[in-house]
Amino acid sequence: MPTVKSLDDLKKIREDALKKREIKSAPGSIQIIVGMGTPGIAAGARETLKEILRIIEEKHLTNITVRQTGNIGLDSWEPIVQVLKGEEAVVTYGKVTPFAVERIIEEHVLGGRVVSDYVIPA
Amino acid sequence: MREIVLHLLDLAENSVSAGAHAITISVCEDLDADRLTARIEDDGRGMDEETVRKVTDPFFTSRTTRKVGLGIPLLKEAAEASNGRLEIRSKPGAGTQVEVSFQHSHIDRMPLGNLSTVFLELTVAHPDIHWIFQYTARSHGSQETYEFNDEPVKEILGDVPLTHPDVLAYLRETLEEGLGTAQKSLKPVIYQEI
Repeated sequence: MPTVKSLDDLKKIREDALKKREIKSAPGSIQIIVGMGTPGIAAGARETLKEILRIIEEKHLTNITVRQTGNIGLDSWEPIVQVLKGEEAVVTYGKVTPFAVERIIEEHVLGGRVVSDYVIPA
Repeated sequence: MREIVLHLLDLAENSVSAGAHAITISVCEDLDADRLTARIEDDGRGMDEETVRKVTDPFFTSRTTRKVGLGIPLLKEAAEASNGRLEIRSKPGAGTQVEVSFQHSHIDRMPLGNLSTVFLELTVAHPDIHWIFQYTARSHGSQETYEFNDEPVKEILGDVPLTHPDVLAYLRETLEEGLGTAQKSLKPVIYQEI
């Protein structure tokens, strides 16, 4: 089985991350949750999640964890993404296309301004 | 859902809802037998016989215990429309195994889709689950297999999250390379009418 990438590469990634103290789960840590129930997947949540992971990799964002969850129960708003920033109240976004992902990460996750265009009205 | 990988994502979510700790997804493209088979096995709470019978019924969903709605009935229909089938084996307390197969060359078979993306997403977004992914490509009597097991990765990483950008890049490249090499080994087979 050809694996050009070895587990030693991974050890190095870990050492580097620890050196830079990038993994301290400070109060400012951010969690992004993507709804991946059947309606979410059918509405394109896979592309949404893919874009989130792509941007984290591209912009080298080290303080974010991404989770997926089942059906959130707001089918007509799928794909749904929730952003939890430290102690702040959770923000639930609806119809989150890959384009919307870029704005949410840029403006809310990094900039601290909720992207009201995509917030699901309570 | 127009790709097999999207259904795998959906089935995996069922396994997670069923309280699984370990989930194995195997995909086999066998051009010699003209079959495409995908199997997902979990160690979740499982289902009794009656529930197994009902999950392929579109009008049944057990929203209180686990979420099975339209996903499985639609997949079953898609499989049967391309000379395939969907089988569920499950026992309470003994986990669930769902296997779906298609005639690989069938004109109505839905495309497989990008396996590496889905495997990456599942690994990263469900870090508490132990994932094993297997892919087998078989054609002209030769076979190439790729397996990814996330356990050694998590052991090494310790408290470094899977969503660390360098880890993401590592996982993405590992999966793309491994699956890509195996998939490239597939050589087209010409089928004749029997």
